[in-house]
Order: sequence, then C-alpha cells, then structure tokens
Amino acid sequence: MTLAVEALACRRGERLVFEGLAFELPAGGALLLTGPNGSGKSTLLRCLATLLPVEAGQVRWAGVDIAADLDAYRRHLAYIGHLDAVKPLLTVRENLAFWARLAAAGDDAVEAALAALQIARLAEVPAARLSAGQRKRVALARPLLGNAALWLLDEPSVSLDADGTDRLAGLIEAHRAEGGMAIIATHLPLDLAAAETLRLGAA
Amino acid sequence: MGGFWTIVARDLLLARRQGAATLLVVVFFAMTVTLFPLGIGPERVVLARIASGVVWVAALLATLIALDRMFQADHEDGTLEQLLLAGPALELVVLAKALAHWLSSGLPLILAAPVMALSLHMDARGLLVLLAAMGLGTPILSLVGAIGAALTVGLRRGGVLITLLVLPLYLPVLIFGVGGTEAAILDTSIRPHLLLLGAGLLGAIALTPWAAAAALRLALE
Repeated sequence: MTLAVEALACRRGERLVFEGLAFELPAGGALLLTGPNGSGKSTLLRCLATLLPVEAGQVRWAGVDIAADLDAYRRHLAYIGHLDAVKPLLTVRENLAFWARLAAAGDDAVEAALAALQIARLAEVPAARLSAGQRKRVALARPLLGNAALWLLDEPSVSLDADGTDRLAGLIEAHRAEGGMAIIATHLPLDLAAAETLRLGAA
Repeated sequence: MGGFWTIVARDLLLARRQGAATLLVVVFFAMTVTLFPLGIGPERVVLARIASGVVWVAALLATLIALDRMFQADHEDGTLEQLLLAGPALELVVLAKALAHWLSSGLPLILAAPVMALSLHMDARGLLVLLAAMGLGTPILSLVGAIGAALTVGLRRGGVLITLLVLPLYLPVLIFGVGGTEAAILDTSIRPHLLLLGAGLLGAIALTPWAAAAALRLALE
C-alpha cells in the first residue's frame, strides 16, 4: 500500500495554503512535516484526513483516487489533531472503550493501548483530572485500537514528557515495522529511523 | 448498527454523569406548567380547558434546553471529526444523538406529564391521549431539533438561534398534539391526530438525519 500525493493544493477560507505539493509514502514509510507556524502542516494533515476538501490535485491510496471511495479510505486512517476528543466526564478506560467499540476492537485492545502509553494506572480516573500530557497519551492510544494503516499525527509530542516522546517514537516504529505508515507534523525532534522530511512554506 | 448503539450508550452515560441536565429539563417543565394556575387562577373548568395546551407548550420549550449541546460538545473537543472518520455514517450518528436526546429529555417529560396534567384537572381520558400524543410527538421534537443543533454547531451562542430556527418547525407537533386531547375532551375521533403525529414521526426519522448530517459536514470543513 502506498500513499501518493500529486500536485495537491489546499485552501483554508480565502487563502490557498499550499499548491503543487507532491510526495509518495511507501508501506512502512514515515514522513515528518516541518515548517514555520502557518505553513500548512495542519492543513495538509486535515486534507489527507479528508476533513478538508482537496482544492486541486490528487491523493491516491493504493493507486486509487481517495475521492472515489472516501469511506473505504477513511477506514485505513487514524488522525490525531489538536483536539483530543477525550471526554472529561468519562474515565480513561471508558474513553478508549468507546473508540474501541466503534472500531470493533475488543477489550484486550484497550488494555494493550493503556499499557503501551503507560496510562494503565490512570484507567479509572475521570479524564477531567488528567494533566495535558496525560490527556495527550489517551489521545495517542486511539490509533492503537483499530488497525489503521496510515497515521496522521499533528504535533503528537506536544506536552509529552521525555518518556512519552520515546514511547511515541517506539509506537510509530512498531507500527512501521508492521507495514504501517505515518505522517507527523512536528517541531520537536522525534527519533525515527529513515524518515523523510517535507519542509513546508519555505517562502 | 453496532456503532449506533455505542454512541447512544455513551451519550446516555454522559447525560447521567452530568445529571443536572435532565433534572433541569424536568424542573423547567414543572415550573412553567405551575405558572399557569398561579397566573390564571385556580378555576377548575378553565384549567382543564387549557391543560393540554399548557403541557405541550411547556414540553416544547423544555426540549429546547438541552438542544444546543447535542453536537456542540462533540464539535468542540474534536469527537465529531473523529466520528466522521471512525464512526458509522454521519446520518446514523445524528439518529443516535437524537435518540439519546429524547431518552434524556423527551422521555422524562412524558413521565412527568401525568402529574402536571392532573394538577391542571385534566380528566383520565384526556391524559391517556396526551401521553400517547407525547410519545409520538416528542421524538419529532428531538429529531427536528437535531437540524437546528447541527446548523448552529459552530456558533458560540447558538442557543437563541436554535430557538428561532426550530420553534416554527415545532408548530405542527403542537397543533396535532393539542388537537388529540381536544378531540378526546369533545368526544370526537382522536385517530386522525395521532395518525398525523405518527406519520410526522416516521417522516422525521427518514428525513431529518440527512439534513442534520449535511449541516454537520459543512460545519466540519
């Protein structure tokens, strides 16, 4: 499976954020998006996540234009944006169990995700009482619940501590080892092997 | 369909944790109804005459209370965009959230209605018809309200706007809902009123999810 982007342009309101963007990501690949604030990293991720319309150009998943079957493409992706989709009134386990049930994953997937992000001891704590970093860990546990091949992570390491950042890198590497791919917008260094870097908005 | 019930269950759990929301709806309903005997006077005949209208108007207004939060909370914390990606079809999400809204505000109103109706001296036959009409009518309120909630999801103070958008659409429910009880009191056939409400409910189930989902898609872009 590959993700191929050709001559992609995205618009946010009136402004064309970028145009003529092209790259290809093979199975097991990772792409780091860098660039100054406002250069379009989040816009590109939202565009690839089908949350923003494609203005021009094409995104192809496994050779097929994603516009042909959006729902099929969406099943392959996990998007973690700035909004963490964590419900403060629910406990950490209840939060994850909800997304696990939607992804038709079992309870053991929840336990595995809790362990992977080292938040098992917070499982029964209402999310309202979590720190920003702990909430981020809950959000980052979500891609582990389904079997999405393409992870789109927007600033995933923000508010994570050193251990959290290492774990995140480890999870991404494990995901890639299984043939998954990841596109990550980040300012902070993330220790990934053989990751391509795409610098946006140099102008 | 699994995703549908997962969302209903989560919304009900959230509503239970919040607790106050459902209580607020019922208390508002009870207080509004209670205002009428105080304002008009305790005359039995007059109150019995207006009882069904009063209960319906109060129920209409009470269902509006929790409406603006139907999608807003999920929109603000990013749950809605995740549901678009990972959930069932957005139309099913709308249906699930409308059902959860009805279970946490429409149903409690139906349960509270007999007490309020009796306090206005409604007779037993009228009460039975009122409950039947509310059973058919209040889900329509939640479903039509979902359109208003979806249209105003991105607005900071959408609550007032929802009221203006949705109340005119509630009028048929009010008219046929009250008409049923009137017919029972006047001893004419209640059938047409309940049938029209039932038809309205089926129509709302079939149509409103599409409209609300389209509005949500616009809001998410």
